[in-house]
This record gives sequence, structure tokens and C-alpha cells, in this order.
Amino acid sequence: MSAESALLLTLFIPLASTLFIVANDARPDWREGATLLASLLLLGTVLSLLPEVLAGGRPTVDLFEFVPGFTLRLTVEPLGMVFAGVAALLWPLNSLYSIGYMRGNHEQHQTRFYVCFALAIASAIGIAFSGNLLTLFVFYEALTLTTYPLVTHKGTPEAMRAGRLYLGILLGTSMGFLLLAIVWTWQVAGVLDFTPGGILAGHIEGPAVAVLLALFVFGIGKAAVMPFHRWLPAAMVAPTPVSALLHAVAVVKAGVFAVMKVVVYVFGVDFLSATGASQWLMWVAALTVLLASCVALTQDNLKARLAYSTVSQLGYVVLGAALATSLGVIGGSMQIAMHAMGKITLFFCAGAIYTATHKTEISQMDGLGRVMPFTFGAFLIGSLSIIGLPPLGGSWSKWYLLAGTADAGQWAMMAVLLVSSLLNVAYLLPIAARGFFAPSTHGTSETGVREAPLACVVPLCLTALGCVLLFFSADALYTLLAPIATR
Amino acid sequence: MAAPLSALFRPGRAVWGLAMAASGLSLLVAILLLRQVLEQGVISYPMGNWPAPWGIEYRVDAANAFMLLIVSMIGTVVIAFARTVVEQRIRLPEHKQPWFYTAYLLCLTGLLGMIVTGDAFNVFVFLEISSLSSYVLISLGRDRRALTAAYQYLIMGTIGATFILIGIGLLYVMTGTLNMMDLAARIPAVSGTRTIRAAFAFLTVGVSLKLALFPLHLWLPNAYAYAPSPVTAFLAATATKVAIYVLLRFFFTIFGAEFSFNVMQLDRILLPLALIGIFSASVVAIFQTNVKRMLAYSSVAQIGYMILGVSLVSVTGLTSTLSHLFNHALMKGTLFMALGCISLRIGAASLERMAGVGRIMPWSMGAFVIGGLSLIGAPLTAGFVSKWYLIVGALERGWWPVAVLILLTSLLAVIYIWRVVEAAYFKPAPEGSTQREAPLALLIPAWTLALANLYFGMETSLNAGVARQAAETLLGVAP
Repeated sequence: MSAESALLLTLFIPLASTLFIVANDARPDWREGATLLASLLLLGTVLSLLPEVLAGGRPTVDLFEFVPGFTLRLTVEPLGMVFAGVAALLWPLNSLYSIGYMRGNHEQHQTRFYVCFALAIASAIGIAFSGNLLTLFVFYEALTLTTYPLVTHKGTPEAMRAGRLYLGILLGTSMGFLLLAIVWTWQVAGVLDFTPGGILAGHIEGPAVAVLLALFVFGIGKAAVMPFHRWLPAAMVAPTPVSALLHAVAVVKAGVFAVMKVVVYVFGVDFLSATGASQWLMWVAALTVLLASCVALTQDNLKARLAYSTVSQLGYVVLGAALATSLGVIGGSMQIAMHAMGKITLFFCAGAIYTATHKTEISQMDGLGRVMPFTFGAFLIGSLSIIGLPPLGGSWSKWYLLAGTADAGQWAMMAVLLVSSLLNVAYLLPIAARGFFAPSTHGTSETGVREAPLACVVPLCLTALGCVLLFFSADALYTLLAPIATR
Repeated sequence: MAAPLSALFRPGRAVWGLAMAASGLSLLVAILLLRQVLEQGVISYPMGNWPAPWGIEYRVDAANAFMLLIVSMIGTVVIAFARTVVEQRIRLPEHKQPWFYTAYLLCLTGLLGMIVTGDAFNVFVFLEISSLSSYVLISLGRDRRALTAAYQYLIMGTIGATFILIGIGLLYVMTGTLNMMDLAARIPAVSGTRTIRAAFAFLTVGVSLKLALFPLHLWLPNAYAYAPSPVTAFLAATATKVAIYVLLRFFFTIFGAEFSFNVMQLDRILLPLALIGIFSASVVAIFQTNVKRMLAYSSVAQIGYMILGVSLVSVTGLTSTLSHLFNHALMKGTLFMALGCISLRIGAASLERMAGVGRIMPWSMGAFVIGGLSLIGAPLTAGFVSKWYLIVGALERGWWPVAVLILLTSLLAVIYIWRVVEAAYFKPAPEGSTQREAPLALLIPAWTLALANLYFGMETSLNAGVARQAAETLLGVAP
């Protein structure tokens, strides 16, 4: 199988799986079997692209001419490979987990759920492999629209409000800013292809560079850079597998990935550091990191706390991009993978706790760790990875980001990163600590509580294991990413 | 060559089958014509063999071949849709049904005639044919208010037509000719005179009335809201479009871009009107509870986009106008037809009555959502293409605020479309409702257009490529 056909297959597999899912509406076992099979096939296909990319190949497929002069183009490059790899790796786990969660909670409209899920994965893969800005935009919008039914899954007034906010912010920013930025780029540069080294150098100068960067960064609302982060905590009303998808796999990662891609392939790292146009972005990202961490401290609802933690962690990626040094870019890209693995573990745990006990507030979770040791053990590992302690994956991305700040001579940013790590400790560790050590507030009534269904517990143990494995495979990730920084 | 007309001048008593055949034939001819024009350039056909300046000439270039295609395509799809509605919803008695098709075909004839003709007075004649028959069609609405709406339209339309007639008359006085090409040749010699300027003003206002340019749009929401749904779909997708085409003919071919925009500085008037129109109509649309009315206001806003494209006076701007003519015909046709399917079953088109429709009638609502996405301008739908050109055109002129406004107003479209979607999918259907999906005879035409929305969003050689060629023809870049 050539790399080009494998590339097409990555889009085709999730799309085709929706047909099987719909056809087996009445047979849940078949329907979910189709989802699992498709996700494993997708993982295999994406991995089959890896050797080619490592060897320096850039398989490209032109789908069709879209507006005269612009083609819908798919290209595989290292950054996209990382994102697609993360998405493809976590989809099977998330599917397995969804089965346990959705059945355990007797959710409605499960077929619609699996269909939208597969469509969202297809869009995420499309974003990962997009070869030019227009393709990125197309799949970006597709991702917004396909995840909307997932956010409003419960159909309650609260879910609808959240859905409105979700759609309003994401469509508003992408149509209002991102499309404008794309047209502007086309206007000055004449091309929209992602090119190593950027396409804007020499075409635009002065304050306009910073304005264009602002349009891009704020236009990509999915990156949740403050003040456009509100949709993310609001979207917490969705079922937990969706939150895991939103926060770890598809949506937010698509956002920061797009920012990264714009910085690396449209502006070019050298061009940005030469003009200093990303200075302001660095400060905005730093502010997002710190403020969101502080807000997370005040949240009692577990999912809301995790959501703000995500906003803060996404700030790291944007910060890495804004540093405009090769180490910063590598650190930021690594953070995409590391944070995905850590955060999906945390969300899986939150969902498992909900399925087993129907508890959502942290203050009610005292002593639960003793009856749900696997769940809380995994939660602890995930937390440590997010904080960035070895031997867990998160430590490497923090390490490269810190090295990046030192490289750029931004000591203030280094301080921000260190303070933020302390804040992470402050808002994540107490949760696990309460679970294990605090005396149970409900006396003996907790004895009725057991671990969540196996389909929930197995994936979260696997992702926790993944956090550990990522620590030891960071070298491979670095080799993959090195070409984008050094060109 | 002039077959679109001869096919349509069939005896008036044609019933549905004949009407279908006639409009299908005209679609076929339109496609052939477009091909021929693109290959060979302008085609001219003197009526009754009188050579051009004296006799009435039919002239087809890229611009009107493109328009012919739009109108005959929509005409054909809508007539396929109309039969069931005529029988079940308008409830015309059996012997009167042919009259509906007669009026419909006459209207189609008038519209096609306005497009192909190369003679200014002939435009007026065909305009009256199409207008008079459209008054009849609108008044067929079941609601009694349809009569008032038709009357309102009649008054406004007649004023518009009179203005156009006065304009054409003044031109004739000054130049002694009615042939468009001749006019274009003779006007520069006398363009300084006040008479020509008056003629220009009369024509602009008259045509603007017909195309419902803000603030002359007041007849439109009522007419669209109370007319039967196939009529609304047809008029919304074609009548205003043809009026815009006529406007373009007058501005660019007869008076010439130089006179229209440099001497008369028309763009300075059109631009603010278009922007205000887009903005106010979109805002009004948000507050409508009758979905048909909401779509009607959205039409006013969309017309604003087209006029905005004209006021950019560039090839890109005109391309966006022409491709939006095409795309808007597709999207509004889809929306009104999907709405027709829905109102056939639930009996009304108000937001409250539409609660839960998404579950009962998934196919109709599916078509509605596709049309809505296209209206918003989501990528991979037809609407995105024209919006793209419009923004590029605005940036080419360096009009930043305009580009930003265009994007902002498309967000307003998100709001009003999404109100319908939320009502249809998230509100529970009223207890004990026994509604079913609309009949296939309605769904097939609606979905044909819905799929066309997607198809032309991806394969843009027709709506963007040909539109560009037509724009170049109009601007005289590539004669």
C-alpha cells in the first residue's frame, strides 16, 4: 500500500464506519464493534505512514479543486503526524471507554453519538493532514459542526445553552477572524500552502505582522486562548467521553495544533523571531496559563476544574509557539501529545467516578480512593504527568519548553512556567490525596460503591500506562519533530 | 437558437406534464446555449429576420447564458415540486389547476425573455409579463393576507415598471434607438446631458424596486411569506436575480462602467445601501417567528451581498455577485422547498409549530440544514464560494471595514438559522402528533437542490469559473 492511498484511507475509514454504525442502529453490539474495528484500522493506517515521514517523505494527495486556484490538499508532515497519531491512538481507547460509560449511564441516542464521534475523528485527521490553510479551515469548521450534537447530547436547556455558546464562540471566531486572516494571507503572499520556513516572510512587515498573528490566534477559538476560552468549561455538560474527546483528542488539540502549524509553516519561526511580532502573544499565553490555573483552584466540580486546567495547559503550547525558538516549538508540539495522554486519563477517571457513584463534586470524593483504587491510582499518575514530574511523559514537554525560554532569554516566561507547575500541584494533587487519605464523610455507606465497569477501568489504566511509556519514548518523538524546527 | 422562448409559448392550458416538459426543455436548451457561448462567443438572433438596430435582437453572451441556466434550472426543479402542493395545499379545483401552470410558465417566459433580449424596450415588456403573472401566483396563497401582499407587490411593482419605462423612454428620445448595443454606442456622445442622467436615475430606482434593494424592499417579506411555497421558492430564487441581471445590463453594458461609477458615482450610493440592507434585514430576520418571513428577510440581506459585489466595480466583485446569484438561487430554493415540505405536513411555518420536526421529518429538515449551512457560508457548500470572492474583492479594494462587516453579518445568519435548527431538533414534538415525512414527490426536488448546494461547493468551475467569465464580459475586459 502506497503512502498516498494510506493517507486517503485515514479519512475514508472513519467516514465509512458511520455507515456501518447507522446500519446497525438496532444491534448495539455490532454498532460498537464497528466503531472499535474502525478505530483499530485507523490506528494501523496512521502508523503505517510513520516510517515514510521519518524517512523525510511528505506524501501528498490533492482531493479536488475547491475554489479555482485552491485545492483541497492532504500532506503528511511531522507535526501533523504527531497530532494524527495522538487522535488515532486515543480513539480506540475512547471508544472502549464510551461503551462502558454510555451503557453504564443508560444514555439516549447512542447511535447518533457514535456517528458524530466518527465524523469528528475524520475531521480531526483532516486537520492533522491538511496541506494548506483552506483545507485546514474546511476541516476545522467540520469539526465544530460535528461535535455540536455531542455537546448538546443530553438535550437539556443547560446543554442547549452550552451548545449555543460553543457554536457561537467557535464559529464566530473562525468566521470573523480566521477566514479574514486566511484571505489576507492569500492577498499578500499569493499562496496558502504550508511551506517549511513560512510563506509570509518578505510580503508583510511592521505592526501588520502582529495584527495578522492576532487574527490567526484568536480566530482559532479552539485553542482557547483567553478571552475566547469560555466555550470550554461550558461544554462540560457533555457526556464524559465527549469531554475527553474535546479536551484531549480532537477539538482543543486541533486548535493548538492549528496555531502551531500557522506559526511554523505560515509565518516561519525565523521570521517571527526576527520581527518580534509574537512578543504580545507570549504574554497573553502566559496570562492564560496563570489565570486559568488560579480559576481551576476555585472549582469544586471535578470536570470544571479539569476544563480550566486544560485552558491553562493549552496556554503552554501557544507559549511554545510564541517563543519562536526551535526548542519552544518542539516543546509545544510535544505538549500536544503529552497533555493529551495525561488529560484523557483524568477525564476517564472523572467519568468512571460518575458512573460508579454519580458524584461530580470534588468535596464529595473523600475516601473514594480506597474503594476505587485503580481509578484513583490512574488519576494520580495522570496528575503527575500534567504537573510534569518524571518518570512521566509530561516532564519532557515541560523540559523542552523551559529550555526554549532559556534559549530565547525570556526569564519571565521561565518563571511563569515554574509558578504554573506549582499551581498544577495545588489543584490536582489534593483530589487524589482526598480520595486516598481523607476519612470517608459518609461513614459506612461507601461500602456499596465498587469500581466502574471493566470497559471504563481498562482504558484509563492503559492511558495511565501510556503516560509512563511516553516518558521513555520521548526520544522517538524528538526525532520525529526535529525536522520542523531545524528545517 | 431562440428555443427557450418558442418552447414556452405553448398554449396556455398546459397541464403539469406539459409544463414540466417545457421547463425541462428550456433547461436543456440553456445548457446547450451556455456551452455554445463559452466556445464561440456571443450569439445573436434577430427576431423576424430584421437586422439588429431596427428589429428586436436576441443576444446571448456569457452573462445571460449563465442567467438562463439558473432560471431554467430552478424553474424545472420547482415545477416538479409544485404538483403535490398545488393539489394538496392550495386546493385549487381540478379545472383551475391548469391556470396555475399557465401563470407559472408565463412568469418563467417573462424572466427568460428579460434575460435573452438585446432590446431595452423588450426588457420592459417581458418584465410586465413576468410581474403580472407573479401577482397572480402570489395571490393564490391560502391565507387571505396573500391578497393584500399581492396587491402591495402590484403597486410597488407597477411603480417600478413605470420608472423603468420612463427611463427607457428618455433614452429613446436622446438616442433614437432601443437596441442595447446601439444604445451603448450612442450614449457617450450625449452622456453629459441632464436627460441621460435622469434616465439613469429612473432606471436605477425602478429596477431597484423590482430587486428589493434596501430601502425599497418592503413588498418582499409579505409577498414571500404568504405566497404558496413553490411560488416563493421560484420567485425567491429567480425573480430578484433577474432584476439584478437587468441592473447589471443597464449599468455595465448600456451606460458603461465608466459612466455609472465614475461620473454618477453610483458605488457610493450602492455600498452603504447594501451594507445597511444586509445588516438591518439580518437583524430583523432574527426576530421573526414565521420561518418563511425570516427567510424572506434573509433574502433581502442576501440581495445586499450581491449589490455589494456590484459596488466593488472589479472583476472579483462582479464574480462574487454573479456566483452569489447562482448560489443563492440554490440555497434559497432548497430552504423554501424544505420549508414547503414541512408546512405541508404541520400546516404552518411558525417556529413554535416546528418544534420537534427534526425527529418526525428527518429528510426535510436535513435538506433545510444543508441549505442553511450554505446560506451561512460554511466551507464545502456553495455559499462559501461567493462569500470568499466577496471578501477577496473587498480586500482588493482595501476596504477593511467592509470585509469585517461581511463576516459579522454571516454570523447573524448563523443565529437565525440556528433558531430553527434548535426548535426542530431539541424541542419535544407536541403530544400526540401524528405527522409523517413529506411525500417523495416533494423530497426529491428539495434534495436535488440540497445536493446541488454541496456539489457546487466543491466543483466550482460552473458557478465561479463561468461567473468570472461573465463578469469579464460585463466589464468589457474580455469582450
